[in-house]
Amino acid sequence: MKVLLFILQKEFRQIFRDRIILAMMTFVPIVQLSILPFAANFDIKNINLAYLDHDRSPYSEKLMHKIASSGYFELVGYPFSYREGLNQIERGEADLILEIPAGFERNLIREGKQKVNIAVDAINGTKSALGGGYLTSVLADFNANLVMNIQSPVGAAGTRVARIEIAGMSWFNPREEYKYYMVPGILVLLLTLIGGFMSALNIVREKEIGTIEQINVTPIKKWQFILGKLVPFWIVGIIVFTIGLTVQYLVYGIFPQGSLFTLYLFAGIYLIALLGFGLLISTVSNSQLQAMFVAFFFVMIFILMSGFFTSIDSMPGWARQMSYLTPVTHFIHVVRLIVLKGSGLEHVLKELGYLIVFAIVLNGLAIWNYRKTS
Amino acid sequence: MSKHFGDFKAVDRITFDVNEGEIFGFLGANGAGKTTAMRILCGLSFPTSGQAKVAGYDVYRQQEKIKKHIGYMSQKFSLYDNLTILENIEFYGGIYGISRGEIRQRGDALVKTLGLDKEAKKLVGSLPLGWKQKLAFSVAIFHRPRIVFLDEPTGGVDPITRRQFWDMIYQAANEGITVFVTTHYMDEAEYCNRVTVMVDGRVEALDTPARLKRQFQSDSMDGVFYQLARKAKRTSD
Amino acid sequence: MKQLLVFIRKEFYHVFRDRRTLLILFGLPIAQIVLFGFALSSEVKNIGITIFDQAHDINSQQITNRVKQSAYFIVQEPAASLEEIHTKFKEGSIKCALVFPPGFSEDLYRSGTAPVQIITDASDPNNAKITVNYLSAILGTYQQELNPNLVIPLQIVPEIRSLYNQEQNGSLNFIPGVIALIFMIVSTALTSVAVVREKEMGTMEVLLVSPLKPVMVLISKAVPYLVLSLLDFIIILLLSVYLLDVEIQGSLILLFAESILFIVTCLSLGLLVSNVTNSQQAAMLFCMMGMMLPTLLLTGFLFPLENMPWIFQAVSNIIPSKYYYEIIKAVMLKGLGFGYVWKETLILLVMTCLLLGLALKKFSIRLA
Repeated sequence: MKVLLFILQKEFRQIFRDRIILAMMTFVPIVQLSILPFAANFDIKNINLAYLDHDRSPYSEKLMHKIASSGYFELVGYPFSYREGLNQIERGEADLILEIPAGFERNLIREGKQKVNIAVDAINGTKSALGGGYLTSVLADFNANLVMNIQSPVGAAGTRVARIEIAGMSWFNPREEYKYYMVPGILVLLLTLIGGFMSALNIVREKEIGTIEQINVTPIKKWQFILGKLVPFWIVGIIVFTIGLTVQYLVYGIFPQGSLFTLYLFAGIYLIALLGFGLLISTVSNSQLQAMFVAFFFVMIFILMSGFFTSIDSMPGWARQMSYLTPVTHFIHVVRLIVLKGSGLEHVLKELGYLIVFAIVLNGLAIWNYRKTS
Repeated sequence: MSKHFGDFKAVDRITFDVNEGEIFGFLGANGAGKTTAMRILCGLSFPTSGQAKVAGYDVYRQQEKIKKHIGYMSQKFSLYDNLTILENIEFYGGIYGISRGEIRQRGDALVKTLGLDKEAKKLVGSLPLGWKQKLAFSVAIFHRPRIVFLDEPTGGVDPITRRQFWDMIYQAANEGITVFVTTHYMDEAEYCNRVTVMVDGRVEALDTPARLKRQFQSDSMDGVFYQLARKAKRTSD
Repeated sequence: MKQLLVFIRKEFYHVFRDRRTLLILFGLPIAQIVLFGFALSSEVKNIGITIFDQAHDINSQQITNRVKQSAYFIVQEPAASLEEIHTKFKEGSIKCALVFPPGFSEDLYRSGTAPVQIITDASDPNNAKITVNYLSAILGTYQQELNPNLVIPLQIVPEIRSLYNQEQNGSLNFIPGVIALIFMIVSTALTSVAVVREKEMGTMEVLLVSPLKPVMVLISKAVPYLVLSLLDFIIILLLSVYLLDVEIQGSLILLFAESILFIVTCLSLGLLVSNVTNSQQAAMLFCMMGMMLPTLLLTGFLFPLENMPWIFQAVSNIIPSKYYYEIIKAVMLKGLGFGYVWKETLILLVMTCLLLGLALKKFSIRLA
């Protein structure tokens, strides 16, 4: 135990002497967390629409105003032909074309039905799907508000209409602000990047400099060495997490709904797992460069699979299994639950179990894999 | 004992004893197997076959016990550049279980004898090489080990500092620490109580410098070494 | 010339000897393509839903069955109270709840309207919106079937056509992004770290006292990474075509020419970074935080640029990968010719010249 204290003292001295790491600890999370949520925004607005009107009638004009005032679309052009509209899409100026055929108003009134064409640039899947969807709902709204529809909402033959009224309720985030979803996720991301890279580079650095030899001829125990590396980074991680939570509160006004104790409990266990993973990489690698790329490879995959960008539910089965096998997934999930929905410990016991298993296995591997003898 | 890497016999059936309290020189050309043998004795690697005991402990089963009783100083400078002199001493002393009070007391004394009292709070990285080497040696014997292993301790050091370094080695030997040292400098070999010369993984000679010179009819260790090393079939690396 | 070849060969040995890094360099694009192609999609499916049915009548059950049949929803255990719904949300096992009030059928037939409540977990607002849309569609269809005779007098029916991507292949959007990212990693990060490593180990001095001109030393360092980047590029193209069924629409020659231009941009960036940093760690940090992150965020490949505050959009204009991303999208996916991308190409070319000039100037200053 006494030996461990000496190791800890040395690691702390080294960390706090390194300006780069200190800057990473404080400056980076503040700046990133203040900037990233503005950039990482899936809340799609401002879809560029080219309005191709062959009819130029009062109805088509009204439809145009309706679309322009919906808040989702930016009318970027009024081309005269489809070819011209397509050109706008090719140049990337427009995301979709709405084509109103000639005789639109006449047919609508005479036949009660009229088609309009929407052509979307489907390379950007999300945007085109949302754009098409928004436009469809604007049209539906327009349909419902057409004078004649309001006047006679009754079925043919005078039968009664059975109407289902949908009342939507948005829980946990009534204003549906996207940043509430992203900010806690980004916080986890930063913690993962900082903790993962710092620990992955640490032991291998001692290998490169040669000090590890000197350590290996001492009676130091494997677990003492790994624990000596783990604890300082753990404390640094907790500090980063605290700074992150503070920024989250001060800049975005998001205060965790659930208990801080639960949140920190999870953060503590997650950090142990994450640092164990970093140290494992460090013991396997031969150079800092290698450690860096191995860490980058895994962290990249972990983050992509973690449900940070896309919903895990939508993944195929094999990918979902893979996703559950990474600690990042569980921690992002839990942080969002606790911060946004105020889940208590009793709601997230399963995740706690997962993270504890990760922590034990990863650190066990790191200790087992660190060899004092070759 | 032997150590093989695949077909390559880095250490090939070597046998020797080192007496307590002596300065034992371990010579050989580059690639002769000195470092490999030394790493085994320090518990950094296992032999392929044979037996060896260090400070009475077996190199297969009691590596960790060996480590408690030895000191080691490698070719590469191995103190932490970004810690101060006192912090390095504190760390290594602590690892060997020396109490804080004792570390402080002996650390201060050590810094004074080395003449580094003014630099005690400076980062080790800023010291000149000669001082670093002296410091590394002092740290290696700080916990009063029974044996200290020195792997080419004076590489790249000027003659005056080398002289001082050897004074420190004698001092340690006087205090009863066995010194096991590899070197390329034949004048240093003369300072040893006994030397062995390794060629191609085998021990080709083992005796006091005086007797070896007589045996090979040479007036310096340089001549002895040259005659033995010429027989080497391995090219140095 | 012969000397240059000797140097280039030495650099190749360096690069190809570190098997593990090499494995990662080729593994990374493959893993990303597979993940983006098969695992990640912006489509929302398998939404966990619970139904709190206080009515237990024919209509509520029919609707429940509709939801069960929908591929978008996975119906969990029914809830017996709002409390229970709350708990399920907090456990994260559902994303949405459908609540039928007592007497649903009665209301529907007697007064003509019956309310249902859709409660969504708006902590993920996009998912919540999409969920409401799905459920509304199911309810809308059901309602229409209830009223077979209902004719809405005036109706505008939209017909949506997907340009360039009829099959709605979700892979298309990210492939150019992955390509740009890989170039950034190999040509910028790896190159800068490799050069700084030689500085750290002192071998750079040895190279510089050789008879080869300093510029040639830099070129020979860059060539292996150019080759590696191109290999990665070919791997990504092959995977896209044969694994993800993406059709390459435009000219391959143009695609390669533009890619080589962008690789040279990245290499210049890497050399510049290596000239201003002194340790491997600093170079890595600089590349990760200063290059990779902006590439991920500000090229428009993960997050739409249009939504960002103006300052981000302004910053994105100085990021080379943004232009490359535009070019690749236009050439590879839309099949457009050089006439459509000359502007982006020109910008990229100017940036490359500036960066390369700056890198070389810094390099010679350091020599002097």
